[in-house]
Amino acid sequence: MSDKLALSDEILLNIEKPERYIGHEYNAVMKDRDKVGIRFCMCFPDIYEIGMSHLGLQILYDMFNAMPDVWCERVFSPWVDLDAVLRREKIPLFALESQDPVKMFDFLGITIQYEMCYTNILQVLDLSGIPLKARERGEDCPIVIGGGPCTYNPEPLADFFDLFYIGEGETQYKKLLDLYRECREQGIGRKGFLRRAAAEVPGMYVPGFYRAEYHPDGTLKSFSPTEEGIPATVRKEIVTDLSQARYPTKPIVPFIRVTQDRVVLEIQRGCIRGCRFCQAGQLYRPVRERDVETLKQYALELLQNTGQEEITLSSLSSSDYSRLPELISFLMEECSRRHTNISLPSLRIDAFSLDVMSKVQDVKKSSLTFAPEAGSQRLRNVINKGLTEEVILNGAAQAFQGGWIRVKLYFMLGLPTETEEDIRGIAELSNKIAAVFFETVPKEKRVNGRVQIVASTSFFVPKPFTPFQWAAQCTKEEFLHKAYLTRTAISEQLNQKSIKYNWHEADASVLEGVLARGDRRLGQVILRVYEKGGIFDAWSEYYDNSRWMDALEECGLTADFYTHRERPVEELLPWDFIDCGVSKGFLKREWEKAKREQTSENCRQKCNTCGAAVFGCGICVIPRTEKTPDDQAADTGR
Amino acid sequence: MKLRIKFKKYGPVRFIGHLDVMRYFQKALRRADIDVAYSTGFSPHQIMSFAAPLGVGLESNGEYMDIQVNSLPDPGEGLTSCQILVQRLNAVGVQGLEAVSARILPENAGNAMASVAAASYTVRFREGKEPGPLEIALETFLSQKEIWITKETKKGSRQVDLRPGIYELSWDGDAFHMLVDASSAGNIRPGQVIQALLDANGKKAEENALFITREDLFTETAGPEGAGERISLGRIGCEDPQREEGR
Repeated sequence: MSDKLALSDEILLNIEKPERYIGHEYNAVMKDRDKVGIRFCMCFPDIYEIGMSHLGLQILYDMFNAMPDVWCERVFSPWVDLDAVLRREKIPLFALESQDPVKMFDFLGITIQYEMCYTNILQVLDLSGIPLKARERGEDCPIVIGGGPCTYNPEPLADFFDLFYIGEGETQYKKLLDLYRECREQGIGRKGFLRRAAAEVPGMYVPGFYRAEYHPDGTLKSFSPTEEGIPATVRKEIVTDLSQARYPTKPIVPFIRVTQDRVVLEIQRGCIRGCRFCQAGQLYRPVRERDVETLKQYALELLQNTGQEEITLSSLSSSDYSRLPELISFLMEECSRRHTNISLPSLRIDAFSLDVMSKVQDVKKSSLTFAPEAGSQRLRNVINKGLTEEVILNGAAQAFQGGWIRVKLYFMLGLPTETEEDIRGIAELSNKIAAVFFETVPKEKRVNGRVQIVASTSFFVPKPFTPFQWAAQCTKEEFLHKAYLTRTAISEQLNQKSIKYNWHEADASVLEGVLARGDRRLGQVILRVYEKGGIFDAWSEYYDNSRWMDALEECGLTADFYTHRERPVEELLPWDFIDCGVSKGFLKREWEKAKREQTSENCRQKCNTCGAAVFGCGICVIPRTEKTPDDQAADTGR
Repeated sequence: MKLRIKFKKYGPVRFIGHLDVMRYFQKALRRADIDVAYSTGFSPHQIMSFAAPLGVGLESNGEYMDIQVNSLPDPGEGLTSCQILVQRLNAVGVQGLEAVSARILPENAGNAMASVAAASYTVRFREGKEPGPLEIALETFLSQKEIWITKETKKGSRQVDLRPGIYELSWDGDAFHMLVDASSAGNIRPGQVIQALLDANGKKAEENALFITREDLFTETAGPEGAGERISLGRIGCEDPQREEGR
């Protein structure tokens, strides 16, 4: 392994956590740069600790490096201290493994997990010496590819990417790289490669080959390819047989403590629940499980190959995994033998999960989480969150009997149709849970005489490809008023001393809404904000709302246009050219049902013909008789 | 059974902080299937202690960690249990954090950290950061009875006499070699010694001018006349219990 470092000792000794930039972690892959044909640099545009906690990055890193002719390396956003040094000393941004400049690579693949990282994407490009705008890049630049959930509306970033890969990375990268190799051998340049990728490789969206036109009111008039052979719609890519897909059983083991400092076992993709606010629940349909025996094997290999002291499960709703009890019993046995911990994801609270949790956690210190999302049953019906008050209170009672004294509750403010009564419901539900504690636990058994309920609210941001994609989002002032109402209502409760209330900042939620449902014209806004010094917007201490609002105004745009109006269902949406399986017709039906306060069954109970069956896999192809092992529990929903 | 593992730290991983080196070895010991003893409770942890934290950016040829094990790997192929343990640890390790040897400590062996009395270092000036010829030679510098420096602490600064803690100091034309006090009461950092020498010459070291390698750590044992004898931490205990018994 090369001892070369891109940064001098002098620099490394004067920045925070130099370990972020030196590579050399266990299981990091080193290859001979002269013996590989394609070099792929994988980027998570946030700091190392966050990027290294992302499972998708480890999956793709493993997949690429299994290809003998490809070397995949990593790069993250340098923290502000190193950012300043790199600019001052004109040191090009480098990949961790070889420490070579990113600009030398054939590809720069950027995973785009949240809207607030958009300026960091420009930071990475800029520090690498790659022109920010795709059309200004020459043959000496890597092909810049975007992937991840935010690419389901890639339009605000259209100017900055050569290519977006829509969907799961496992399926088409081999084909894309083969095409790249072929084009290189034939002397076909950048543009030729991109044209062929768009035309020949499923799931590829090359924004440079599409044109958007607008009505005078700013809404989208048309969106179409500019060249023959470029598809008008791009369908997402998914892995149809998850159990046959590769899994990274030798993930990189960071030296420093990262956010997800444990091995991660992905048990399934997708979710059977159709919560109407949830984008992931729609994007990753249909739900596909991994085979339980394979997962057991992976778990053992992961622990052996990393030496990590903790393992956790990853999925959108682990309680819905059909073989969960079997998997957890296996892990509990193996983990206790190996002095390893299990960190359980938030499970539906029932006798099983409480039993499991009491075995793997210190009950007195841990807290129990419910995510009712809305305070009233009416509003929970609107958002199709199947959790009822009865289920929450029963679960809480069981938990209090089991010794838990801390309960966390998650809610959203600003959901469609929300009234003051729904908001008061947040306070009342919190109060009822506290009351359950005092009813359930006799005085002499109460630790410090207290129960601690923490109610947190986030502000609802409508996302593309959800039934709420047409909904109006609240303004900052409306959000803050709702938080104020919540706080007041809580302070009026009998058990208010047992309830703590947290709320998120409103500014960033509005901007997130703008970027989530924005169009191509936002590219100039993002660029301006970056040029004014905006990076690390996801970090509240670096987020400057006025910078964004000024930039919007300078570009003749408003936040309200993107967020505050309810969009008519006929309106052409910037992301309509993407086909994620779930049809617009289904989303419209769900939007109508939401307004009528009607719920929909989950995929295990009944097929709602959302459209994802087009992929012919997962729950869509399992006969319904086999899908209902536990319908009662499935009803209670998390 | 208590084991002392000696390891080196060099190359890019010299920027890994002390706590992260500890975390690294906890994971490496699991990967190597070493039968380490654990504490009890909800988050069991390995029973492990390090002799002396090494600063970020320094290299070392003589770092030590003590661990408690329930059993040792079987010896074989001409290798002792301890040698096999070292081999297994290195097979699942990263370059630059390299186990050198392992020894079984006697039951009464002191805690690694408390027993450190002295440390030896090699100190070089980084390229371009050499201070130029020094007028006051080492001999003169060392002939002083007292060498006072100002030590910055959390509570302000205080005067410290370095001289009694400098046991050896030499220059071979390329690097300084020194043996200095490393006990918790009188720990001397090599940078302080070099700075004092430069001060005596009316010069100042540039920031990060020194490339420092810790060579070894020493403990003091009662010598034959009761006077302290310094021996390397790596010489305590034995590598092969069977052979030891046969002596």
